[in-house]
Amino acid sequence: MTRGRWFSLLAALALAAALALLALPLLALLLQTSPAALARSLGEPSARDALWLSLRTTTIALAVILAVGTPAAWLLATQRFRGRAVVVTLVELPLVLPPAVAGIALLATFGRDGLLGGAVDVVFTTPAVVIAVTFVAAPFYVRGAQAAFAAVDRTLLEASRTLGAGEARTFAAVAVPAALPGLVAGGALAFGRALGEFGATLMFAGSLQDVTQTVPLAVYSRLATDFDEAVALSVVLVAASAAILAAVKLVVDARD
Amino acid sequence: MLAIDARTRLGALDLDASLDVAPGTCVALAGPSGAGKSTLLRVAAGLLRPAHGVVRCGEHTWLDTARGVDLAPERRRCGFVFQDYALFGHLRAWQNVAYPLRELPRRERRARAHELLERFGLADRAGARPAELSGGERQRVALARALARRPAALLLDEPLSALDARTRAGARAELTGVLHTAGVPALLVTHDFAEAAQLADRVGIIDAGRIVQTGTPSELAAAPASAFVADFTGAVVLTGTARSGERGLTVVELDGGGVVSSTDEVRGRVAATVHPWEIALEPPGAAAAGSARNRLAVDVVSVTVVGNRVRVGLAAPQPLAAEVTLASVDGLRVRPGERAVATWKAAATRLVQHS
Repeated sequence: MTRGRWFSLLAALALAAALALLALPLLALLLQTSPAALARSLGEPSARDALWLSLRTTTIALAVILAVGTPAAWLLATQRFRGRAVVVTLVELPLVLPPAVAGIALLATFGRDGLLGGAVDVVFTTPAVVIAVTFVAAPFYVRGAQAAFAAVDRTLLEASRTLGAGEARTFAAVAVPAALPGLVAGGALAFGRALGEFGATLMFAGSLQDVTQTVPLAVYSRLATDFDEAVALSVVLVAASAAILAAVKLVVDARD
Repeated sequence: MLAIDARTRLGALDLDASLDVAPGTCVALAGPSGAGKSTLLRVAAGLLRPAHGVVRCGEHTWLDTARGVDLAPERRRCGFVFQDYALFGHLRAWQNVAYPLRELPRRERRARAHELLERFGLADRAGARPAELSGGERQRVALARALARRPAALLLDEPLSALDARTRAGARAELTGVLHTAGVPALLVTHDFAEAAQLADRVGIIDAGRIVQTGTPSELAAAPASAFVADFTGAVVLTGTARSGERGLTVVELDGGGVVSSTDEVRGRVAATVHPWEIALEPPGAAAAGSARNRLAVDVVSVTVVGNRVRVGLAAPQPLAAEVTLASVDGLRVRPGERAVATWKAAATRLVQHS
């Protein structure tokens, strides 16, 4: 063996091991089902309800995250103010929060005896799903967007100002396009996290078919009763996640 | 008239400078790095707010800290050319130029952008993105973009420093024309005296936040107020200690050895400056003849042909340079490693205080 090659070999072995560990379960999932069984299972009303509900709630949550998260991330990336570190920590906290704790926290806020005193009674409704999903997924986007905005060359922003554009136009016409790859990546991460949200939704919104039972909850509830449908829904989630990752790669690569 | 007056502390920099630029003229700002050149430009553009300051352009007041006036950068009509041009990478060349033309209807915006690009010989590059443009093309797009809004003042931060030497000469000539036709006050940061001499009517030298000398390029070259100014104009700078000599001359004991005389009367620590074209070279051991009082034994370090002249790098041991003709290099044995005597007149030797 040539001198110095042993490390490359070791790294290649590590990669092979990682691939086996990560890809094998996905392969097993696909081998559990056939296209025919997949189509039959997805034809079930309960499965269609779950897919439709997941799509609706995740899309709404993502829209809220983008609309609120983008300007918020811009502010965090460009302004220095007192208590900024505290704000950043608060925004990022849900990233490391156990989903069950997130669910309890949401109940303590929006529940009948919660902080808001039941003023907004949403528990066990579809809006509760949106709230839970937003709460859990938003930090993924804000973090990514903040990093992307911080990396934008400041002279571009200054150039925009000297060319007659105010802060708002500089943000929309220069900062967002310049940070777009990072924003898209952050958005995809948040979307993926939202799609797979389970714990907080279960505790805060419950698992009612067509109301709060999203695909991950449906997978869990079919586990004992209808394993085929659980597998079919899982395959759909895997496909959706892979599609998101591929789309992001395409967008980011096209810009380089 | 663009009038800037600013006092502010910024990290290690203690800026206290004021400057006037008449319409249709260009003032070049030069100085060591960190002296506050770019800071002064940023104050004028509104990108930096000084603790105290006034910026006026024509009859408009852009900044007056005492009266609480501080116009946002987008409300000051100044064209700013950044050192690395700061073109928007996601926009095409014509869209970059059209960016400041928001008030115009969409169709006119495009037409005006193309018109400007055409003026800079870039009509066929209008659809290119900045990454596809050469350095010279990027510089011209940046210039066209800065001029698009018909600015009341032009601020240029080392606009040619990102270009290679071949492109720079052409770009410099072109910029001279642009500054001439724009008819507005122009303030230019540069570290190149030849650039300042060609582009600017006056040069302001800024050092440690203070403007230490202003004048025409030739005034600066003839009577530099400091060693930095002399060095900036391309003069030889030799440091030493001055004392009075015979017949009213000043004698300077150079650091590292050697003695030179000057007709200037300065005492103590000084910088003796002389232009390279005032220095003649003689073979070692030649008898002193003629009126040159300064004779320094030197080693030849380098020989560079510049057109019909030769720039000879010397060590005395302080570095100096002589500019001589090709013919005299052939006559003498001027080669790296050889010894020679550098001679020049005491009357051509300027002395400035030096710490």
